[in-house]
Amino acid sequence: MNAPNALLHRREVVEELLRDRGDLLVIAGLGAPNWDISAAGDNPNNFPLWGAMGAASMMGLGLALAQPKRKVLVITGDGEMLMSIGALATIAVQKPANLTIAVLDNERFGETGMQMTHTAAGVDLAGMAAAAGFPTSRTVRTMQEVSELREQIHHASGPLFARIRIDPEALYFVLPPADGGILTTRFRQALLGDTSLYN
Amino acid sequence: MANPQTSEPAIKAPTPPQAWPDEVYRVLKDVGVRQVGIVPDAGHSRLIRAFEADTEARVVTLTTEEEGIALLAGAWLGGERGVMLLQSSGVGNCINMLSLPATCRMPLLLLVTMRGEWGEFNPWQIPMGQGTKGALEAMGVIVTRADEPHLVASAVSGAAHLAFNTWRPAAVLIGQRVLGAKNFKELARK
Repeated sequence: MNAPNALLHRREVVEELLRDRGDLLVIAGLGAPNWDISAAGDNPNNFPLWGAMGAASMMGLGLALAQPKRKVLVITGDGEMLMSIGALATIAVQKPANLTIAVLDNERFGETGMQMTHTAAGVDLAGMAAAAGFPTSRTVRTMQEVSELREQIHHASGPLFARIRIDPEALYFVLPPADGGILTTRFRQALLGDTSLYN
Repeated sequence: MANPQTSEPAIKAPTPPQAWPDEVYRVLKDVGVRQVGIVPDAGHSRLIRAFEADTEARVVTLTTEEEGIALLAGAWLGGERGVMLLQSSGVGNCINMLSLPATCRMPLLLLVTMRGEWGEFNPWQIPMGQGTKGALEAMGVIVTRADEPHLVASAVSGAAHLAFNTWRPAAVLIGQRVLGAKNFKELARK
């Protein structure tokens, strides 16, 4: 049991967000969010990024627009979200009802030596998303709130934004396939069927 | 003295450029484009209006061009084809993001209106305009050019089929000779 003010653990957060995920489509930003979704169970409906920093949320938008009947969850880090901060405005303008952006905020560039990001200095990602026009934008600090967010991902009308404050812990890596062709092909085959294999 | 409100560009395109955007629109519809990422350029304005009037297509205005690379990668994962309309200066904003289609063997179609070449007035456009083709090719994008209005649609058709049939990134550079060059001096108060 966490102490009342203890920071959340990223693997527990992601495991809860992906519990009983059904046909949820998930994109993870590079670095620890990639290892986190893979630790919860590699899945062809996952697209874990290994590079292209700043791509995660906009890939979520393109996917959500293409698949309006499916729920799309982007899980990324504060550094990756800050790099593509303009995407919050682009997404808010498009209003995809089936898209959630969940930022695991450890206030650090975790892969490169735990240097502070702007969120450590008080930059408020949830406030920026709200100001961009996300109808729902919140900060999550407890596992109860993580469970509520999980419900919203599946049942609420988006776009949703959540900043999840987590412990800056360095964990072992859990690696999904690294080849982009394999990740793309298996994702499309699972979503679109075998016809997607033919040029 | 020229009236700054009504001055024509000092250097006009050799033939009226009205028709090619309509031909390009038909080409893009025929290949099934549904998502259109844009950072506007005057040279793309007629094509943008055509897509804005098209209820089957979604026009996504971007804050920077690299967003468009990621948008279209997500669209492809979801089974939709797209295009990005951008200016040559925006190609520079895309460079690292182009690792996404290159690594993931995804199609990508870019229609780039050129600045910083034929007839250019603004010196700030020169470095990226001259570097556009090299930057794209350095990141694995297959580049073709169209320098006459009647050749634009066929260049786009060829690039689109190449991109969507071989799952590779392709760009068409639409030369400033097609678009006509601005002369800011004529727009400035004398």
